[in-house]
Amino acid sequence: MIDSTYFNELSDGAKKSLTGEEVLLSTFKGESTDFMRFNNGDVRQAGTVTQGTMDLQLIAGRRHGSSSVTLSGDAETDRHRVRQMLSVLREQRSRLPEDPYLLFNTEGSSSFFVGDDTTPAPEDALGHIQTAAGNRDLVGIYTAGSTATGFASSLGQQNWFQTSTFNFDWTFYLRADKAAKNGYAGLTWDDDVFADKVNWSLRQLEALKRPAIDLDPGAYRSYLTPSAMQEFLDLISWGGFGLESHRTKQTSLLHMVDGDATLDASVTISEDTANGVAANFQEQGFMRPDEVVLIDAGAYKDTLVSPRSAMEFDAETNGASSSESPLSLAVAPGDAETATAMERLGAGLFVGNLWYTNFSDRPACRVTGMTRFATFWVQDGEIVAPVNVLRFDDTIYNLLGANLEALDDTAEIVLDAGSYENRSNSSFRVPGALVNNMRFTL
Amino acid sequence: MQSILETAAQAAGTTATLEDRLRQALPTDVDEASIRLWDEQSESLSVRQGQLEPVTNQFDAGVMVTVWHNGGLGYAATADLTDAGLRNAVDRARHWAEVTVDTGVRVEAPTAQSGNYASPVAVEWDEMPLNDRLDLLHRQSALLSVDPRIVASHAGLSRRNVDSLLLTSSGARVEQQFRFVYPSLSATAAEGTQVQTRTFGRNSYCGQGGVELLGHYGFGDAASLVAEQALDLLSAPNCPTGTMDVLLAPDQMILQIHESIGHPLELDRMLGDERNYAGTSFVTSDMFGSYQYGSELLNVTFDPTVSGQLASYGFDDEGTPAQRQHLIENGVLKRGLGGATSQRRSGVDGVANSRACSWNRPPIDRMANLNIEPGDQSFADLVASVERGVYLETNNSWSIDDSRNKFQFSCEYGRLIEDGELTTVIRNPSYRGVSANFWRNLKGVGNADTWKVMGTPNCGKGELNQMIGTGHASPTCLFGDISVFGAQS
Repeated sequence: MIDSTYFNELSDGAKKSLTGEEVLLSTFKGESTDFMRFNNGDVRQAGTVTQGTMDLQLIAGRRHGSSSVTLSGDAETDRHRVRQMLSVLREQRSRLPEDPYLLFNTEGSSSFFVGDDTTPAPEDALGHIQTAAGNRDLVGIYTAGSTATGFASSLGQQNWFQTSTFNFDWTFYLRADKAAKNGYAGLTWDDDVFADKVNWSLRQLEALKRPAIDLDPGAYRSYLTPSAMQEFLDLISWGGFGLESHRTKQTSLLHMVDGDATLDASVTISEDTANGVAANFQEQGFMRPDEVVLIDAGAYKDTLVSPRSAMEFDAETNGASSSESPLSLAVAPGDAETATAMERLGAGLFVGNLWYTNFSDRPACRVTGMTRFATFWVQDGEIVAPVNVLRFDDTIYNLLGANLEALDDTAEIVLDAGSYENRSNSSFRVPGALVNNMRFTL
Repeated sequence: MQSILETAAQAAGTTATLEDRLRQALPTDVDEASIRLWDEQSESLSVRQGQLEPVTNQFDAGVMVTVWHNGGLGYAATADLTDAGLRNAVDRARHWAEVTVDTGVRVEAPTAQSGNYASPVAVEWDEMPLNDRLDLLHRQSALLSVDPRIVASHAGLSRRNVDSLLLTSSGARVEQQFRFVYPSLSATAAEGTQVQTRTFGRNSYCGQGGVELLGHYGFGDAASLVAEQALDLLSAPNCPTGTMDVLLAPDQMILQIHESIGHPLELDRMLGDERNYAGTSFVTSDMFGSYQYGSELLNVTFDPTVSGQLASYGFDDEGTPAQRQHLIENGVLKRGLGGATSQRRSGVDGVANSRACSWNRPPIDRMANLNIEPGDQSFADLVASVERGVYLETNNSWSIDDSRNKFQFSCEYGRLIEDGELTTVIRNPSYRGVSANFWRNLKGVGNADTWKVMGTPNCGKGELNQMIGTGHASPTCLFGDISVFGAQS
């Protein structure tokens, strides 16, 4: 994979070709990823993806243009590509108007982090996985390798963040849609940790053997696992916390921002960069603070502010990327003992996972979605039967507001297994939640 | 602008063409191998609230090497197109093929054929200079921002050129050139905490061609209506709740087709590949040939031959020639959406739809153009046949279970239908149902005058995740006994 030396040399070479007042911002995103996709315990597709993209933003005064180019890793080829990109950007810039919202860091500090690569050899991981699968119906994806994010400014700032991780996201299937989902991600493979996770899934699989029941639409007391909470909060993160979405009334949290709606006082939500796995710098060279508190004790507090929004809405940037979406969202734990979740649920739904959430009324933050995988009916704190899939349709003001009974006292870290375009560096830190009268409609 | 591949060729300092070098890199001591080259250039322009957003250009190229040997299958993707880089990728793919001989699903290599395809382009993109493109967007932006209650607006225009070349060790050669155009408009109106957004088909006016597509879609004339309807929705009553007839416009039908016909018919879902992520299907392999998927009015084709539709092509990424096929005929399920590999694994008839979103992902079963054939009723006939119902346009929310059965969809814009006439504008319309029943309630299909060729540019699926464009064409369609409801607010 392309390393920091290669990226910085390429950026420095481009810097030498700048003229007059030109400033060049370069960012890099790359990975070397081994992947194994499983179906029924066998490898369905396996391979290696090596890729790196360099984004160039060429600025002169308030005029600028951006171009993204895939790097080959061959120095001569890439120098040629970058020279070409700069020519394109110069030509294009001359035809573009001044940009009043342009903002980039002119006083940034450099940083460098490369974590050790202690991920297992793919053949070893394959052995662990297929041993655990045995003759069970295991389906999922294993990815591993290095990912890197870089930034270089012709003004001298250089940042590099590189980690090597693995992420195994899998499901044991019993029959049809009755299945137990789990995930194991980290830096170093630990057989004991993996065995614990497999055993947890096997216990769920055992419970899934009982005859499934259909529940009528209605309101049910429900326990949402951290995985279910993550799916719900992932949707809220889609335009919910950014300054632009707030000022243009498009945030799903509008009733909190412009009205007097609140969540339960036990709910505090942050962009927790210090405890995430994403780089703490963004594409215009601004650094992210360790923490931005978005919702504090149930009330809306701060937004994620990109440099562009900072200029447009006269605010201070806090290092958000242009999408103003959180990368390391954390919900503070509550005070309910996690180990007693089933007991506290008593009679109701244990929701293992939610799926395909979307807004049924965005301004009201009303969300619909499905239960998926291991969802059970619980009576007297004990699993009675798996429940066939249900559609919920409820607002955040009910689920994390008036109807929230408790948040667990431990928060689980969920590393995003997503890989659209490249492996995700997002993470969530969320506790489970006990909710009264969660509304199910189909 | 020189393509990234021409740049690579120059830098490599060789007189051999890239194609020659790719062909030479193909291993000959394995059962089968392929190299799929992908060279993409794109430009994205956007004017938001009258202000030009940063212009972005993208240049991306690389290859996916695939090796089949002794029942094993391996992939390696690289952007290093030097001879050494290609050798490394071939070695890596060969290694994975060896690893999976005893640990993998046994997969035979598909039989690729040779041929060419090119998008139909009447007016090349570059014949419309950048300044003209920006002027067009600024004019649309001004038309969108006609009222202080319009708090957000966007006018966008993107183009994407993709050249692909598939070479196999058996001698097949498939060269395809795609030219995509994606216009977009949106206006958000707000009063207090009442917020309504109206778009230009929510990005569904997209396809293959050149500048002529903008006129074909009516892009230059749409902004005023988008803004006007966003404002109308602010004062419109909420959608009623109840069971009633629902008349769906093509820009909602495409979502309905996509989610509750397209995905359920994908063979790789039925084979279980997607169960950890995108999901499975309520459709099983024994249903083909006999299952009544919808009413007799339902005729669905897989048709990669529609000129200019978003997912038209000559060959899929396994080199299978693409042909028009009926998936559902007179309501009866005929064949699935699966390429040669899935057909061999499942024993079910499929189509040429094994596709990858780029050079860095292996092909999987994807929708391409999945269309509902027109019927014989005019729009006026359809409306006149409804005593009480709603007419809905443009999807704005979609959710469906992992078996593709229980769904809930919402639309941007609706109107009541009362005693055979379109009446009051309504806001926040939603409906829910179950796929297995919903299509059997199809009771009216619009004629060719109501048929629109559209697409969905961002369909997500697969592990590794892949985002790809799919085409959908549909007439206006009428469904009976549907559960309809509005928002709480």
